[in-house]
Amino acid sequence: MNDKAFEPKIIAFCCHYCAYASADLAGSMRLQYPSGVRIIRTPCTGRLEVEYYMRAFENGADGVLVAGCLEGGCHFIEGNLFAKKRVNAIRDILQESGIEKERLRMVNISAAMATTLATVINEMVNTIKELGPNPIRKTNNGTDVEFWESIPPGKEFEILNSQQ
Amino acid sequence: MIVAQRKKIPEIFDSIQDHKSVLVLGCGTCVTVCLAGGEREVSIISSALRIASRKAGKKIKVNEFTIERQCDNVFIEGATEEIKKNDAVLSLGCGAGVQAIAERYPETPVYAGLDTAFLGILESRGVWAEKCMQCGECVLSDFGGICPVTRCAKHMLNGPCGGSREDRCEIRADQPCAWQLIYKRLKNIDQVDKISKEHPIKDWSKSINGGSRTIIREDHRI
Repeated sequence: MNDKAFEPKIIAFCCHYCAYASADLAGSMRLQYPSGVRIIRTPCTGRLEVEYYMRAFENGADGVLVAGCLEGGCHFIEGNLFAKKRVNAIRDILQESGIEKERLRMVNISAAMATTLATVINEMVNTIKELGPNPIRKTNNGTDVEFWESIPPGKEFEILNSQQ
Repeated sequence: MIVAQRKKIPEIFDSIQDHKSVLVLGCGTCVTVCLAGGEREVSIISSALRIASRKAGKKIKVNEFTIERQCDNVFIEGATEEIKKNDAVLSLGCGAGVQAIAERYPETPVYAGLDTAFLGILESRGVWAEKCMQCGECVLSDFGGICPVTRCAKHMLNGPCGGSREDRCEIRADQPCAWQLIYKRLKNIDQVDKISKEHPIKDWSKSINGGSRTIIREDHRI
């Protein structure tokens, strides 16, 4: 893969009550952020099974962004705080497995913070551009594992749940 | 419950890397409750191993399966089909589970994915504490239900040692002095006189120090 043309593919798990709404607002505000970000709406970041992060990387995602409500502002009181701890635990496992932990990141964004969301996504894209493509994509005998292009809309959770 | 924790992924990967297919076998009893080797952990560790395997340029097929109890032949039989399909087993059971699988399948290499730590309880969410070291001769009745053998760093039966500071053990500030706990507990249940009872030297041959132990119940044997 030509690294100059490398456009990171990022899965962004966005909480319905905040980050997803801010992504919506970003759209209304015509804010620009890289198109390689696939947003998946979740009821709460605390709802996310940690396996989803692992599966996303296993399936070739270059980065995973978990966007929850501001601390103290979770619709379900403390789902985002649980998610933060889980993300940190999985970052360690990823590092041990050979995937840089910077590829998985959790941010807290409110529904009104569309500009912040765009900034965070840009930051994430820049971080991952520096890291390069997901290392297991590169070493998968030359075959590029295309993740979401093959996923029918609305089937993301099914794919992430399925065993390889 | 038996409490264990996950080994680091590089260590696990190192043990399985020469096999073409590996079954990550979870256990649905103690290690599920202590969040180390249940179905979810099987899924996470398998995922990590698949990533590590591809990163190393290998094509190890990592399969997942969880049985109710790895230390019981009746349940192990349920995994026979899955085990036969794979070259090796990575057991996420406790030390007893790993050995039970190894004994039951003499031809299949079995590796341990967990470090079995101790026999303990869940103190609060995410905190497990050791409560029993299986000394083979329980003294809890004399100490108000608090074990000095396990929870006193010096295993003292005639304590306290005098080294505690503000009810903390001298070995670590986060460790409560077992003897302080025993005294308070005996006082609460109006048995404080028990603390002055002298205990003879403990017979450690009944513990693991006397070699691995077997219990035979003739009334239950067939």
